[in-house]
Amino acid sequence: MTRSRTVHLTVNGNPATLDAEPRVTLADALRGELRLTGTHLGCEHGVCGACTIIVDGAAMRSCLMLAVQAEGRDITTVEGLGDAAHLGPLQLAFRKHHALQCGFCTPGILTTAHALLLEEPDAGEERIREVISGNLCRCTGYLPIVAAIMEARTAYAGALAEAAQ
Amino acid sequence: MKQENNVSPLLIGQPVERMEDARFLSGSGLFVDDLERGGMWHAAILRSPIAHARILSLDASAALAMPGVHAVITAADLDGDVPVIPLRLAPLPAFEPFRQPVIARDKVRYVGEPVAIVVADSRAIAEDALERVEVEFDELSAVTGQGATADPLFEIAADNVSLRYDAGFGDADAAFAKADYVRTERFSVQRHTALPMETRGLLAEWDAAAGRLIVTGATKVTFYNRRALAKMMGLREQDIDLIEVDVGGGFGVRGEFYPEDFLIPFAARKLARPVKWIEDRREHLMAINHSRDVACELSIACRSDGMMLALRGKVFSDMGAYIRTNGGVVPAKAAQFLPGPYRIPNVSVSVEAFMTSKTPVGTYRGPGRFEANFFRERLIDMAALDLGIDVAEIRRKNLITEAELPYPIDGLVPYEGPTSYDTGDYLETFERTLLEIGWRDKQRLQGRLIDGVRHGIGLGCFVESGGAGPKENAVLTLEHDGSLTVAVGSSVLGQGLETVLGQIAADTLTIPFERIRVLHGSTTLVHEGFGTYHSRAVVMGGSAVLDGATKLREKILHQAAIHLGRPNTELTIANEHVVAANGASVSLAALAGAAVLSADGTFGNTTRTYSYGAHAAHVTVDPRTGRVEILDYVAVEDVGRAINPAIVHGQAIGAIVQGLGGVFLDHLIYDEQGQLLNASLADYLVPTASDYPMLRAVTLELRPSLTNPLGAKGAGEGGIVAVAAATANAVAAALAPLGVEIHHLPLTPPRLWRLIHDARARAHTAA
Repeated sequence: MTRSRTVHLTVNGNPATLDAEPRVTLADALRGELRLTGTHLGCEHGVCGACTIIVDGAAMRSCLMLAVQAEGRDITTVEGLGDAAHLGPLQLAFRKHHALQCGFCTPGILTTAHALLLEEPDAGEERIREVISGNLCRCTGYLPIVAAIMEARTAYAGALAEAAQ
Repeated sequence: MKQENNVSPLLIGQPVERMEDARFLSGSGLFVDDLERGGMWHAAILRSPIAHARILSLDASAALAMPGVHAVITAADLDGDVPVIPLRLAPLPAFEPFRQPVIARDKVRYVGEPVAIVVADSRAIAEDALERVEVEFDELSAVTGQGATADPLFEIAADNVSLRYDAGFGDADAAFAKADYVRTERFSVQRHTALPMETRGLLAEWDAAAGRLIVTGATKVTFYNRRALAKMMGLREQDIDLIEVDVGGGFGVRGEFYPEDFLIPFAARKLARPVKWIEDRREHLMAINHSRDVACELSIACRSDGMMLALRGKVFSDMGAYIRTNGGVVPAKAAQFLPGPYRIPNVSVSVEAFMTSKTPVGTYRGPGRFEANFFRERLIDMAALDLGIDVAEIRRKNLITEAELPYPIDGLVPYEGPTSYDTGDYLETFERTLLEIGWRDKQRLQGRLIDGVRHGIGLGCFVESGGAGPKENAVLTLEHDGSLTVAVGSSVLGQGLETVLGQIAADTLTIPFERIRVLHGSTTLVHEGFGTYHSRAVVMGGSAVLDGATKLREKILHQAAIHLGRPNTELTIANEHVVAANGASVSLAALAGAAVLSADGTFGNTTRTYSYGAHAAHVTVDPRTGRVEILDYVAVEDVGRAINPAIVHGQAIGAIVQGLGGVFLDHLIYDEQGQLLNASLADYLVPTASDYPMLRAVTLELRPSLTNPLGAKGAGEGGIVAVAAATANAVAAALAPLGVEIHHLPLTPPRLWRLIHDARARAHTAA
């Protein structure tokens, strides 16, 4: 059997170390080794988007990335967006707009939207829909998801303005 | 301590934010694949790559020789006694011989049928080992359609038919014989499935010393499944716990008893290790129940003024390779709901269920209704066009009026007793739908070509059953910290039921919503539960919680009366205290500390309740490409009572989008060899965020149900059942000037383009 490699990375702001066989996906390593089970696997072939995480600022499918490719990367998972007692602006907007039902696709949609709004806090409805169209949801029909992301834009724009000052 | 004497606001009827959301939004939900156990092994399932074949030999030695592989389990390990999956619903004796063995022994009948299970240190090793299991098949001809074949799937059915029946009321033949107008058309809805975002998964643990089995990942009908599993495993029911954790969507398909629901516990007991199995998406598409796949030859008889006299429907249902737990629900409901919300005095239906070498069929949200409404509403539009009657007017004339309710629709399902549409105002929801879509103004757009696309507006009416019995149970307990635990036999598959049940308990007990915890589904919670299907969770589970909360309130007040020395009648519960009229109070926590305060709630009901409403769609069709765009869509439904309007609205919008997927996208495609051609999400299409942004749902509370104290009717399925009806009628209206008629789903661009192209060719030839 192929030997494990050690991978050093940053996850949700903290340094982390993974021991992973070369064939192990980043999704499996995050879930299995780091026990960050908020990242979900819906298809394991890069279509459904449930496993989306943010790698060096860009939304990526962690099922299509190998753990060994994460060496030196800065990763944000859904757990990094706010815990149950301290939800972030996107999470709060999702709750307010009933933008989730079963919650399985939700982590990947939150991370996708987070990456989008960090780059484009003024993204329009059409743009949001386009970006989210890479994430499948079977419960909500997407309308409340788009509404929630629209609402969260102000918080991101505010944070950006603050950072610029 | 100062008491504020404010009355707790009534939560029932409010769009309360969900209690489950914080955990889902922060990634701290607990789904079955999130579970780890010490010493846990992983299972992968070898599935038949061939549609129909005899198994000649199976050699697992190479797989067993691989490091990290612990076992390969086959039918041979079951000592010649392979359990068969029982019929949970519609248990017609005719289906008995067609039930599915939990693992193939001599023969495989569909691509995806379990042949062997590999158990290994990791899922990856188990999957590697699948490729080393050598199976020799003697291939037989695949059965991919209706009719007799060279190699029948089952010896007892040379014609591959598993069930035929006739049912009806009135005298359809006589009515057809003397009608002014009759028309017969054949329609069909393609095979597709629900596709929840979480695939299935199970974790089975065997405690050899105690002789106990724990299976986590169960849902929907856990108590029924425990009963079935106990029989198969030779265990007592009380020695098995089925545990429900968070569930990533159900929509009818998840939680039925599947082969894996036996195979994984069997492996765990045999190997005396925790065994986890997580389905991958490819196997999900070939293993979980498929649905729909119904064709219908439908005839209507009318007077020349459009009054309906009779309906005759022949339903043909491709059941796939086996009859699983849902029995004949899909064809039976497709037949039963053919007359819909209309006054049709003479109805005759026949059902033919036939077997093919495809994945077995079960229920998917609105089973049979999605199909039946599509068939009937299409034919009504055709009849209206023939008779020169407006499509809204013909519906108005024939919809059952409130004065005619309750309206019996007995005799359409041979295994069910009498039933009646209960309360409602079908015309009111219909008129509201017309108003919402702007029918009066938009009619002039019918079939018009504007900027290269043709406009069409379509209507569809429905009536939908829910709230099936027999009963549901709940246990409510006041905890020592004064919080409330509600345990219920209903399952939660992601709909927000925790919140809805919490609202009911909060209002009844005037305990803050934030202090309520709802536990659900697991067989450890109540002595007997009946599950979540047929839009029954709020009607049945909600009513059981209401009953339990009412009883617990009495117990709390009784205890407080003793404590405070005041009569019950002077006591109220407020701010987590029981307060007497004289201002004396005692905290709920103190009362719970002094005595066990717990109450069992139950609700029994065998009468179905019927929600109803109408949908309308405004579409454009590009005749150059066959592409359809939804410009506006509105679904109006009377749900009796909406406990949480935001959740009901979410159910409706989500269901509409799933339905539109069923109209345009979702399609499980098989070739002539019985191979499933699109078992990946790259090939099996479902709606995405950019497909259908223009949707509206209107939830009404016009006529409460009389079957339950909440007045609730089912709310999970009304959003999907009329989508094919309204949308296909809109597409048909758009293309009517071209001579195109719509009979078959899905309405893919190539299919519509072909219809348009052929109609033009016909017109050209005729000219």
